[in-house]
Amino acid sequence: MAEKLKVATCSLAGCFGCHMSLLDIDERLLDLLEVVSFDRSPIDDIKTITGPVDLGLIEGGVCNAENVHVLQEFRRMCRILVAVGECAITGGIPSMRNSLSLKECLEESYIKGFGVEFAHVPNDPELPLLLNRVRPLHHIVKIDYFLPGCPPSADAFWHFLTELIAGRDPSLPRELIRFD
Amino acid sequence: MSKSFFLDGKEIPFKEGQTVLQAALAACHHIPHLCWRPQLEPHSSCRLCTVMISGRPFSSCTQPAMDGQHVISDTPELLALRRSVVQMIFVEGNHYCPSCEESGNCRLQATAYSLGLQDNHFPQQFPKRERDSSHPDVNLDRDRCIRCETCVRASRDLDGKNVFGIHGRGIKSHLAVNSPTGKLGDSDLDAQDQAVALCPTGCLTVKRVGFSVPIGERIYDKEPLEQVQIREFQDFQAQEAHHG
Repeated sequence: MAEKLKVATCSLAGCFGCHMSLLDIDERLLDLLEVVSFDRSPIDDIKTITGPVDLGLIEGGVCNAENVHVLQEFRRMCRILVAVGECAITGGIPSMRNSLSLKECLEESYIKGFGVEFAHVPNDPELPLLLNRVRPLHHIVKIDYFLPGCPPSADAFWHFLTELIAGRDPSLPRELIRFD
Repeated sequence: MSKSFFLDGKEIPFKEGQTVLQAALAACHHIPHLCWRPQLEPHSSCRLCTVMISGRPFSSCTQPAMDGQHVISDTPELLALRRSVVQMIFVEGNHYCPSCEESGNCRLQATAYSLGLQDNHFPQQFPKRERDSSHPDVNLDRDRCIRCETCVRASRDLDGKNVFGIHGRGIKSHLAVNSPTGKLGDSDLDAQDQAVALCPTGCLTVKRVGFSVPIGERIYDKEPLEQVQIREFQDFQAQEAHHG
């Protein structure tokens, strides 16, 4: 039997909706698991990539320093890196904060916002440093493929993965391309 | 004697005075276009309808059809050019499709689908643009404006009002409102105006009806853009013929 393709996935500044949509391929997951094995992923709860990986799927844009490090690690470890979903491709909903300064955002949330008590901007050293702007993945590393949608539908995931695994061009047919 | 030209090798008849794009649509052949609308003077700014004639690029919305002319539209090079144009439009604005009430009815989005666009390629600009909710019935969200001047032309030529204009130059150009305060609420715009109806994106939207049709059941969810645009032009021609 041919060795299984190693896949790693993660969510950066995303909502895990793309991962939910991947799980939405339902019983086709069993077919997928015949040909792939998961490395780091919220699906198996492995927290760090254990070794070189064939395919990395990243959901969400980049909003803080930790996101940058994870993204760079994925790029180092993954032969093929895919931006999955609107946030990874364009910055998406989190990047709507880009029309405001970071100071304005933090003050609105933690100081001036409705119902705020003990107003202060959280500054625990454990918290990753926020970037001034939320960015799509391709601003920071080379991305090999883009899988659009909010989220990409289960059928879009299935088409993309099966075509890629078969060594074909995984471009989506028109009926599977959606930005919403 | 009837005249015709060749579009990608297919013979297209035309009437005197028709542009290449008009003749193509009349013959049910689609050339991608965004800023052109049948009822408005061509603006020729989006360059999506670019075709090659005698080895040179022309915008087919302004290029008069000529007898025996060979027009090339469907090539990998022109597809790449059109994709780049749409990608540049996307990154120059703030087009958040997942949160936009026009998603599914948006011509920019439908154009991207029809060109098989899966990414924006260029760096997102994230420009800061002013929104205007001062009008009781219409929202103006400049984040979604592509400066196609459809509203400018429709307000001036169809509504007879002259509510909109483009202010500034180059990357700083933006949609301006012709009212004493510059606010939409102080203009004589009505929600029923063609300027609002014809806006190709979610820049001008009527308030309180944004989600009356659910996502998934909207214009381009049900029918490809090409079909809509061909039918739209043919309906317009029929109307024109009816009114003489």
